[in-house]
Amino acid sequence: MLLVTLVLIFALSGLFYTFNASRARSIAGDNQAALHSRPNYHGLYALLWTLISGLAVMLVIWIAGSVLVENALMSDIAAATPDMPQIQRDLILNDARAMSQGNIASTDDPLRQQIAESYGKLAGIHIWMTILASLGTAFVAGSIANRRITVDFRARNRSETIIRAILWTSAAIAVLTTIGIVLSLIFETLTFFSNIGWRIDKFLFGTRWSPLSGVHDGNLDADKVGALPLFAGTFLITAIAMLVAVPIGLFAAVYLSEFASPRTRAWSKPMLEILAGIPTVVYGFFAAITVAPFIRRTGEAFGLNVASESALAAGVVMGIMIIPFISSLSDDVINSVPQSLRDGSYGLGATKAETIRQVVMPAALPGIVSAVLLGVSRAVGETMIVVMAAGQGANLTFNPMEAVTTVTVQIVMLITGDTEATVAAGPAFTLGFTLFCITLVLNIIALRIVRKYRELYD
Amino acid sequence: MVSMAELSKHHGSEASARRLKKRKWAEIRLRAYGIAALTLAGMALAALLWSVVGKAGYALSETYINLPITVSADDVDASDPGSANFDGLTKDMLRETFPSASSRSAKRELYDLLSSGASFELRERVIADPSLVGQTVDNRFLASDIADLYVKGEFGELTSTPHKGTLSAIGDEDEVSVSNTSNDFADILAGVKRGLLDQSATLRRQAARQDAGFNVMSSRSGNAATEEEAASLMADASSRATERDRLIALAEDLEARAATAGGTEALDDTTPSVLLKVGTGWVKMSEISATGGKGTPIVPLGANSEQLPPEQWKYFVNTTPEASRKISDSQIVWIETLKAQGAVETVFNWRFFTAGDSREPELAGIWGAAVGSFWTMLVTFFLAFPIGVLAAIYLEEFAPKNRITDFVEVNINNLAAVPSIVFGLLGLAVFITVFGVPRSSPLAGGIVLALMTLPTIIIASRAAIRAVPPSIRDAALGLGASRLQTSFHHVFPLAMPGILTGTIIGMAQALGETAPLIMVGMVAFIVDVPTGITEKASVLPVQVYSWSDFPERAFEARTAAAICVLLAFLVIMNALAVFLRKRFERRW
Repeated sequence: MLLVTLVLIFALSGLFYTFNASRARSIAGDNQAALHSRPNYHGLYALLWTLISGLAVMLVIWIAGSVLVENALMSDIAAATPDMPQIQRDLILNDARAMSQGNIASTDDPLRQQIAESYGKLAGIHIWMTILASLGTAFVAGSIANRRITVDFRARNRSETIIRAILWTSAAIAVLTTIGIVLSLIFETLTFFSNIGWRIDKFLFGTRWSPLSGVHDGNLDADKVGALPLFAGTFLITAIAMLVAVPIGLFAAVYLSEFASPRTRAWSKPMLEILAGIPTVVYGFFAAITVAPFIRRTGEAFGLNVASESALAAGVVMGIMIIPFISSLSDDVINSVPQSLRDGSYGLGATKAETIRQVVMPAALPGIVSAVLLGVSRAVGETMIVVMAAGQGANLTFNPMEAVTTVTVQIVMLITGDTEATVAAGPAFTLGFTLFCITLVLNIIALRIVRKYRELYD
Repeated sequence: MVSMAELSKHHGSEASARRLKKRKWAEIRLRAYGIAALTLAGMALAALLWSVVGKAGYALSETYINLPITVSADDVDASDPGSANFDGLTKDMLRETFPSASSRSAKRELYDLLSSGASFELRERVIADPSLVGQTVDNRFLASDIADLYVKGEFGELTSTPHKGTLSAIGDEDEVSVSNTSNDFADILAGVKRGLLDQSATLRRQAARQDAGFNVMSSRSGNAATEEEAASLMADASSRATERDRLIALAEDLEARAATAGGTEALDDTTPSVLLKVGTGWVKMSEISATGGKGTPIVPLGANSEQLPPEQWKYFVNTTPEASRKISDSQIVWIETLKAQGAVETVFNWRFFTAGDSREPELAGIWGAAVGSFWTMLVTFFLAFPIGVLAAIYLEEFAPKNRITDFVEVNINNLAAVPSIVFGLLGLAVFITVFGVPRSSPLAGGIVLALMTLPTIIIASRAAIRAVPPSIRDAALGLGASRLQTSFHHVFPLAMPGILTGTIIGMAQALGETAPLIMVGMVAFIVDVPTGITEKASVLPVQVYSWSDFPERAFEARTAAAICVLLAFLVIMNALAVFLRKRFERRW
């Protein structure tokens, strides 16, 4: 229904565009040049107002209405069940909603049916109000724009002001996204911390992670939310990944920018780009089906006992994924080291290798460091490879042959698990917030280094 | 002052030559490291593609079994064929085809030859053509995943072995003893004995581990602090020693059996399977010697099963033990019988490209996920493209150079490096919980992916807009265009190829993205093909993820094939981007 409304608003604005443009044309009559703005700007002016007011009203009524409907039903539920915990009331509301939409609910009882019925009624009123109000507002806005058309009306300037506001809003959406991320994560994180009695130290340094096993009445057991094994596991896999990616990526970058012939570059650069373009879920499949059994068999041949979900398999494949990232970023920085530095070094009799090691590398070092930091931030936040190839049980170890779990794996398990969403959300979002903070710090440091470095040679 | 003679002597000296050689070697080494790095990266790529493409082959064809089935009017009501029990009908037909499968477990194995969707297709066929009721029709029954994999050779091959002796098989329907006039079974007996050696090697490895444990425990008990501790450690050590001795004894027994030629060896589900075709009957051997043995009949022996010349009996070996394959010897015999009748047919697997998801590997297809991906990408494009381009135009053409703009820029760069799973959490908390966007819908997934792609599109679009030379802007402004007209009528069209290239690359990233979509619930099991953006749907990469989690062997091939489809789309999109860049991008 909302989609239909959306289409109708767009259609209405289109109608007003043609209608107002032709009206402007007819008002001008024989002397079209007398119009301050060309007719299509009058049309555009109407179109913008119709669209913006219609969409805004639709959005506001839809969201405010949903909240109102929910509150009304919730107070009904609360009146019917005076001493039920809030979590179960939420469950009743969810079931009733599912029932009124024709889906299957977890349980079926008279209260749920009654709530479902009134939900259906309210939702019907709500959707019709949304449609009528938004279309009505859009129509009124278009009509007002229509009434304002005169020869002197500065439709172009006014439309341009609106468009500039739209441009500004678009740019602001990026900032809004960040704010949205931070707010949504912080909200759940604070709820989680208050749930465990503000024992943040237990979360950061505790060694037992099984948050959902200690739930009583929606409260978590502070002794079972120690995320240290998760951080250690993430660190271990990231370290293995960087041990693979940094040497290979760096040597490849050095070779490509300093030694390789154009022909070598012509095939090896696309090869690295393909490696970069492969979806992570494919890497995950590769790790789980090919690399992990291979490492296991190899380990057995040497008499080692390797877990089938070893950190080594996930780490190596993650390293392969990060190779193109490191190599292309390092390639860029190595290429931006001025040729004069190299020429100076050659002039003093240094060989190419000596120039690279003693002149180019020190000059490019900040850029390379930032490339590595960005690579680390990617490895830390990488999800699919570890979900498919790393372990799921928290295991505090630094042995790469054993199965470890990571922050991202636990987020996925908590969110996709069978537990009630309101309980699992706490630890999941807190882990997400931790992840966000770690990657943000890494990114900021890396970007700052790059910026500083760029200024050095530009 | 150094004289020239001194200097040249210095340069010509042996020490100098050595130094020079060392320096040159350092250079060669660095080069070699570079080549090695590139080779490693290339090998990783090749291994990845090979392991995926190689596994996808099995999913490209599907197996049908053609069997006549009687749709009798007693079982199926011609006026309402849909209500009949076609599953039962199909099972009756199977039992009639192989009447020897009489026990409960044998019947279940027999039913497992056909897919659970096979009778459903028969039902559809009869509903479409009710005149079939009362007739015996030839129907193509879809084979189950295990039968399909066996036909494709995944569970070992039943190899016919040459023989020259005369065979006699005597017995009832429970046990058959077999005797042979020449040593036809000597080879397979030797093979079984080699298997015994492997087993004994495993036992010896286990014994060695127990021995190591014994040593550790006894040395620890020597250093133990208290008497009790020492005693308990000693007890542990001695129990390990007993276990070690037991294992070694077992291993020695096996080795002795393997060393003596001839004799009789038992066959079980860890040894190769030996199957005899005696006339029309089939016997599964449970005990074998060079000249005969014992077995159980799978298909009962015919009337004449004694003194059969070599042409009238056949002898098959499957070297993959029964325990390490999903298909039993009986099922193999049935399939071989059907094959011999020419009833087994393998065709191109169109179903994979046209069906929705299913829990049965042979019925599962990717069409549902592909359509889900399409809707999701549609939402992503219509959100991310306009917003991204407008934001880029604002930042490049209108934004004042101040701290706020700086902040927005830093923000966008940081957003580009935020882990994708965090975007998923944002979608879950804000769009699903607060705004009430339907869970698991392409709308929810599309919004999340749009926010994720936005930084990529903004950064690429800004670069494209920046590349348009200022002279274009100056000319437009000079002719009296407003700044907005300049941007939208002149700069934007010229930057369009670059913007589109960046957008396509961003969309390709979004198409392969999995983690955030799992967060917004698109990992749910959905059979139906979605018809709109608010319905429950899955997408290609998430389908890959959920299939890779299923235990059935046949899903592995399906997963790999789904990856191939995903990669094909990505290749097309990237090729399009390269084409646009090559064809339309102008260098000023």
